[in-house]
Amino acid sequence: MATSNFISAVTQALKEEMERDDGVFVLGEDVGAKGGVFRATEGLYEQFGELRVLDTPLAESAIAGVGIGAAMYGLRPVAEMQFADFMLPAVNQIISEAAKIRYRSNNDWDVPITVRAPYGGGIHGALYHSQSLEALFASTPGLKVVIPSTPYDVKGLLKAAIRDPDPVLFFEHKKAYRLIKGEVPEEDYTVPIGTADVKREGEDVTVMTYGLCVHFALEAAEKLEAEGISTHVLDLRTVYPLDHAAVVEAARHTGKILLVTEDNKEGSVLNEAAATIAENCLFDLDAPVERLAAPDVPAMPYASPLEKHYMMNTEKVEKAIRELAEF
Amino acid sequence: MIEDFPMQQIINEDGEIVDADALNDISTEKVKSFYYKMLCARMLDKKCVNLQRQGKIGTYVPYEGQEAAQIGSAVALEEGDWIFPTYRDHAATLTFGHSMRNLLLNWRGRPEGNVPPEGVNIFPPGIPIASQLLHATGAAWAEKKHGSDRVSLVYFGDGATSEGDFHEALNFGSVFNIPTIFFNQNNGYAISVPMERQMKTKTIAQKGLAYDMDCLRIDGNDVLAVFAATKASVDRARANQGPTLIEAVTWRYGAHTTADDASKYRDQNESETRRETTDPLLRVQRYLQTQNTWNEDWLKTIEEEITDEIETAIAEMEAYPEPDLRQLFDYVYDRPTWTIQEQVNQHLAVQGEE
Repeated sequence: MATSNFISAVTQALKEEMERDDGVFVLGEDVGAKGGVFRATEGLYEQFGELRVLDTPLAESAIAGVGIGAAMYGLRPVAEMQFADFMLPAVNQIISEAAKIRYRSNNDWDVPITVRAPYGGGIHGALYHSQSLEALFASTPGLKVVIPSTPYDVKGLLKAAIRDPDPVLFFEHKKAYRLIKGEVPEEDYTVPIGTADVKREGEDVTVMTYGLCVHFALEAAEKLEAEGISTHVLDLRTVYPLDHAAVVEAARHTGKILLVTEDNKEGSVLNEAAATIAENCLFDLDAPVERLAAPDVPAMPYASPLEKHYMMNTEKVEKAIRELAEF
Repeated sequence: MIEDFPMQQIINEDGEIVDADALNDISTEKVKSFYYKMLCARMLDKKCVNLQRQGKIGTYVPYEGQEAAQIGSAVALEEGDWIFPTYRDHAATLTFGHSMRNLLLNWRGRPEGNVPPEGVNIFPPGIPIASQLLHATGAAWAEKKHGSDRVSLVYFGDGATSEGDFHEALNFGSVFNIPTIFFNQNNGYAISVPMERQMKTKTIAQKGLAYDMDCLRIDGNDVLAVFAATKASVDRARANQGPTLIEAVTWRYGAHTTADDASKYRDQNESETRRETTDPLLRVQRYLQTQNTWNEDWLKTIEEEITDEIETAIAEMEAYPEPDLRQLFDYVYDRPTWTIQEQVNQHLAVQGEE
């Protein structure tokens, strides 16, 4: 099996889906000749031409809205938002339109669009190139919100998103793009949307997280193994709708739960996991459910020491697991 | 600038011919069919206001006064084209093939009412203002990519021109030469805010200049001018000559919705005066009278025909089964996620206990 980095898995999934289905096309800012600011669409313009790799004007609402129109026609648009931060002008199109068109047309129209967006910090991107926006969309029925952690999941989940008959938001951690590597089969496969995945089996503490933070949890678990602490890691993968059954099972498995996100603490998607555990696992818990998250400030700071402090990392996760294990 | 965008007419308020050449292409039968459609739309609209007052439908959005703009434009399209209406454009959707029963069902709060007949491309009414302009642009782009000659036509009001999506759609449409007709109905007010407070420009048509787009201003109460201008724009779009911005100047007689009182922000005498001057039906009647092709018996006959059609549609609406509670959870996704399925089970259990 070939080893691939995170962003190559994105490109591979797009390429294979565009080869498989003529209706799949990419649109966004700088996705064409440049191949995207992160190079996610590299080579696609040359292979598929400008009608299937459409460089759009700099207007996010138009990228989403035109994509919705094309999806209603029957195409399978994959819209790239250059940074998750810049999705905000498209929120009306995503929440008011894409999420509701099937419902309000009594199933007569549908919107099989995928909206990809790089999110997250740790690359010195400052306030407007580092945001985590998943919580904004994770209470909107009609949408699915996917955040993969490994190259394997990236390929399988992005393919599943493109084939999904409903709108899917697909957030990719930009620091993971070239940092995270893993095995990616060359053959065609999908990973089901809506299912969490146990990335490591353990007995003492359960960590539930998603995206880049999964790797912090796995590294911390590795280190703690030497101390005799066994860590169970559940990768949520789809943050909306959340895989409640997997959350409950993983919570009961150890009775000690650490929820980790790079997003602000208050209102993060993890709170849904916490509420689910509260509703279902009261008598299974051996410690209070703990959340490890970013400070509740408006955005990622620019100054390096502050960014470093704001960001999630292996040490923070390790410390929190250890404290829970000792509880 | 307003001089560059004269309000194009074919017949004027008195029913007199202004543009005889343009009229040559439109038969008397066609004119009479326009009148029929406008009368049908008006009678339905008046009926709907009454149905709302009786509590048989929900808050209703009247279009009385705008029949020519909607019908003249919808008639200019062909089967397979797309229309993207707002909540005030059911005269257009009715003309383009939507069923009257479904139209009424929509106002009774039923999503079934948003389903057009098979193969008729009518998007559910856009509510958030201007967002549908981008959908029309995207659907027409997809048609063009596919190599077909189908076009899209999108309706929006004067207030929508202040929204970002209006400008994003015009820009996108012009950059990619997309076959979309941006059909503006300028009825003078966005709820209570008059045009002069919505924009500094004296016309909406001129906004198309910024996008290097064909743009024109027409008398939106002259159904013949609306039809001719829209048809010409549609033909250009089909011939891959790009989008057009049309400003159809019109007037709504009534309030913004049945929940609004227009007398709070404008002089309603203006509406009463306009009923005698700029009314879209009256001018066609006057025109047909000058041509000696108007017939009171014909009017009586079609009024009866339309009354029957409306009464039948209302009876069908009223006979339509009430929604089952389960319907609340229908069609959130293609296949219900576990979250939807769990709610169905919970809510049905609650219902069972009652």
